[in-house]
Amino acid sequence: MGAFKASWLALPLVGFVIVTLLVPIFSLIRLSVYDSTVADALPKTAEALKEWTGNELPPIATYEILGEELTAAQQTREVGRIASRVNRILSGSRSTISKTPRRLARTDAPDVRAAFISIDEDWGELAIWNALKQATDTFTSRNFLQAIDHRLMPDGSIAPMPESQQVYVTLFIRTLGVSVAVTLLCFLIGYPMAYAMAHASPGWGRLLLVLVLIPFWTSLLVRTTSWIVILQQQGVLNDIFVFLGLVADDNRLTMVHNMTGTLVAMTQVLLPFMILPLYSVMTNIPRDLTKAASSLGANPFQAFMRVYFPNSLPGVAAGGLLVFILSIGYYITPALVGGSKGQLISNLIAYHLQTSLNWGLAAALSVILLVGVFVLYVVYDRFVGIDRMKLG
Amino acid sequence: MNTLGWRTVKGLVGIFTAFGFLFLIGPLFVIVPLSFNAEPYFTFRPEMLMLDPDAFSLRWYENLFNDEEWHRALFNSFFIGICATILATTLGTLAAISLNNRNFPARRTVMALLISPMVTPIVIVGVSVFFFYSQPLIGLSQSYIGIILSHAMLGAPFVVITVTATLAGFNQTLMHAASSLGANAWTRFRRIQLPLISPGVITGGLFAFATSFDEVVVVLFMGGLEQRTLPRQMWSGIREEINPTILAVATLLIIFAVLVLFTVEWLRARTAKQLQPQ
Repeated sequence: MGAFKASWLALPLVGFVIVTLLVPIFSLIRLSVYDSTVADALPKTAEALKEWTGNELPPIATYEILGEELTAAQQTREVGRIASRVNRILSGSRSTISKTPRRLARTDAPDVRAAFISIDEDWGELAIWNALKQATDTFTSRNFLQAIDHRLMPDGSIAPMPESQQVYVTLFIRTLGVSVAVTLLCFLIGYPMAYAMAHASPGWGRLLLVLVLIPFWTSLLVRTTSWIVILQQQGVLNDIFVFLGLVADDNRLTMVHNMTGTLVAMTQVLLPFMILPLYSVMTNIPRDLTKAASSLGANPFQAFMRVYFPNSLPGVAAGGLLVFILSIGYYITPALVGGSKGQLISNLIAYHLQTSLNWGLAAALSVILLVGVFVLYVVYDRFVGIDRMKLG
Repeated sequence: MNTLGWRTVKGLVGIFTAFGFLFLIGPLFVIVPLSFNAEPYFTFRPEMLMLDPDAFSLRWYENLFNDEEWHRALFNSFFIGICATILATTLGTLAAISLNNRNFPARRTVMALLISPMVTPIVIVGVSVFFFYSQPLIGLSQSYIGIILSHAMLGAPFVVITVTATLAGFNQTLMHAASSLGANAWTRFRRIQLPLISPGVITGGLFAFATSFDEVVVVLFMGGLEQRTLPRQMWSGIREEINPTILAVATLLIIFAVLVLFTVEWLRARTAKQLQPQ
């Protein structure tokens, strides 16, 4: 209708989402492949190493330039960051680099190269120079390689991580496994619930709907807290088990801070997202259909499997996809009830952001997760339709 | 199988379904009585089960109301929530009105973009906005503005969805009628369209508010001590030293959720009545 239906009314929100979400995500993608720490801090060294072939030690002039730039970086406190960047390429090189500028002024070696080598013999090896040269490159594939448990060797080849450090592929698989399990559990538990809501008398139907909507509106943290209270060793469920004599008092079950906790809590938290789409599809399935099937001689099982269930499939698809999309990026519940065994990929991303400060790796893991969710989102749009997403 | 057999199957499915509802809602009912526990435990003691009045107390609620940190968290939650809601509701309603036009260019793609914050894993949102806002040029980390903008972005899809749904039942001839009576675009919007879609707008606003009110990851990554909200405060409580004060907060939040739920359902019933053919 006139001006108030004009397309430009959508522009403020489109612009807002671009600025507050898309641009940040693009800068995240950039961060996963771009690292200019060393190139910015040691520009002349980077220039000098460009022509260096890597077959023999660089000329003394290069040592001189590096010495000057490291000393300057020492004053701006950049050395630590340079050292940790190079250390990720060649482990053990952190101390070599960070101690060099401190001691350089105090050596009395005949030339700079000898001075470097007197500080650390590694400066007489090709490995550290190769690592340094690699670190001056602003484009890095290291983060993505590490995210799939591979690494770039100092000589430029790609090799699998040592077995003890292979964590991410396992974690991606675990995240997928948990998402599939949670989706199936939500389907198994939620389907009969939605059916009961859709086919109860209006009064009961409304009551059951309220029972589903209360948890839906309740804070995620509240619901996660309640699971800790219920599942912990001195918690309600263990008390009941002990009271019933199912477990001994000194042998209480560990149900939280592990994978059980993650699975149980995630299933309960995501259950409404399965039930609500199912419910809205089921209320529109004509009751006469199953009656017709019965009158034609189908037993209740056949009537359900051949007539009712196929008609409810759009709801299964909508609910299942939504639960799967939401669980694949789940963070809060595993972080609080997952312990160390029940962590998912999102938790590792947060860990690298907050604790290990390996932001490049956090970004690369995020990008991989994001691509997965994006594909699922497109599938959802194709099969369910985003504008048919229903709330409450 | 005979009729009796089918009845047994139906009965078993019924019991399973009942357990489903218990599984979904039961945990919330466990929290409420425990928040009145006189002792700092998270479990029902025999005295509580025998309804001994001495086993219950309001001490955790007193703790809560006397604690400066929780006061600030409550203020922050409402301040950030209200600002984010106003922003999300305004932008979302405008967008929904223009997306209601089927001839909107690339409607499906634009819709997908506007809804995308809802399905983007929250950690990715958190990581992205953290890096983005903490760039020296922008410098909005540990600020209210960064959190409010992010929360508005997370809440806007709900407004778009609810208002779009309300508009689907909106009778366009009313606008033509108003137009023929000489109303200009602004008058038509304010006097006819807005009052009729207002339940959808308010519902969307409540969703947006609830989103912000419950959001912890963006606050966790981007907020400083100053910007701690209720869920952020609960987060520390659960991770560091869980004490029953958390359960008192949780109980209040459950009551809050029930109030929001009934408001939304009341609005929905009103819209349904309005849209019925006269």
